[in-house]
Amino acid sequence: MEWILEPWPWYVSGPLIALTMFTLLYVGRNFGMSSNLRTLCAIGGAGKTSTFFQFDWKTQRWNLLVMIGAIIGGFVGSQYLSDNQVPDLNPKTIEQLKASGFESAGTTYVPTELFGEDAFSSPTTLILLLIGGLLVGFGSRYAGGCTSGHSISGISNLQMPSLIATIGFFIGGLIMIHLIFPFIF
Amino acid sequence: MKNIIYPIIGVFFGIVMYKSEAASWFRIYEMFNFQSFHMYGLMGSALVVGIIIVQFIKRNNVKDTQGNPIVIADKDKSISRYLIGGILFGLGWALAGACPGPMFVLTGAGYFPILVVILGAILGTWIYGMLRHKLPH
Repeated sequence: MEWILEPWPWYVSGPLIALTMFTLLYVGRNFGMSSNLRTLCAIGGAGKTSTFFQFDWKTQRWNLLVMIGAIIGGFVGSQYLSDNQVPDLNPKTIEQLKASGFESAGTTYVPTELFGEDAFSSPTTLILLLIGGLLVGFGSRYAGGCTSGHSISGISNLQMPSLIATIGFFIGGLIMIHLIFPFIF
Repeated sequence: MKNIIYPIIGVFFGIVMYKSEAASWFRIYEMFNFQSFHMYGLMGSALVVGIIIVQFIKRNNVKDTQGNPIVIADKDKSISRYLIGGILFGLGWALAGACPGPMFVLTGAGYFPILVVILGAILGTWIYGMLRHKLPH
């Protein structure tokens, strides 16, 4: 059972992601995490501002339960199924990150510079995190889905829109890392 | 009680996201620098298995637990909304290092600044809802 505490290789985790999708299909639902953001807007009263949020959010309760499960899964995975898991990054990646000010590269799960406790006292960090979130929320709804709904479910069903969206995800990611990061980090 | 399956699926998914490091900002950065096969292998193997599962479901008319045929709804035909929306999503994914599943996983793992990302994502969704009639779809 020692292996369970180690990082899980992609060839184990990838099929398990597909299994998550299958289980949701098998119980009559679908795999799409960003829909929860729309549901949270509806619960928060956004229906007053746009018909887009005028639906019975209770029909989406199942997906909120999946979301709550994912929070618990993050807790269990990090506290009980890991022994201080640190991604085994390419040494070149670490070197590159350190040169851009990410001293925590290669020593933590996520960068302390963005997700450490100090983040709350750094306005720059808070703004970057907020902008990142805004783009993810706006973009996923505009594209009609995120990595789970498009890149996994949609492409598994060989849907062209999902392939286009996924190509878009990559174009956006490459622009951010290669053209915008040099200006912010 | 029949709803208990959903948090169970969520816990399973959350553990997989954490343990596979798909929830690590570093892995996303490394992926967009083409410096590791890890994320490509992860998504690629999920897709290979996913395509086989969906084909199996279609060929054998597999029914769900309520006895209804399993269908993944077709999406509207368009290029602009998927490409523009996709690019905006990708910009945020690379910056925040988390997509909508891992955001919640990281909350559970105790990286609380991710709550700012979640707040942003909810606001972004709300802004989309208000502007969507003015956007090309």
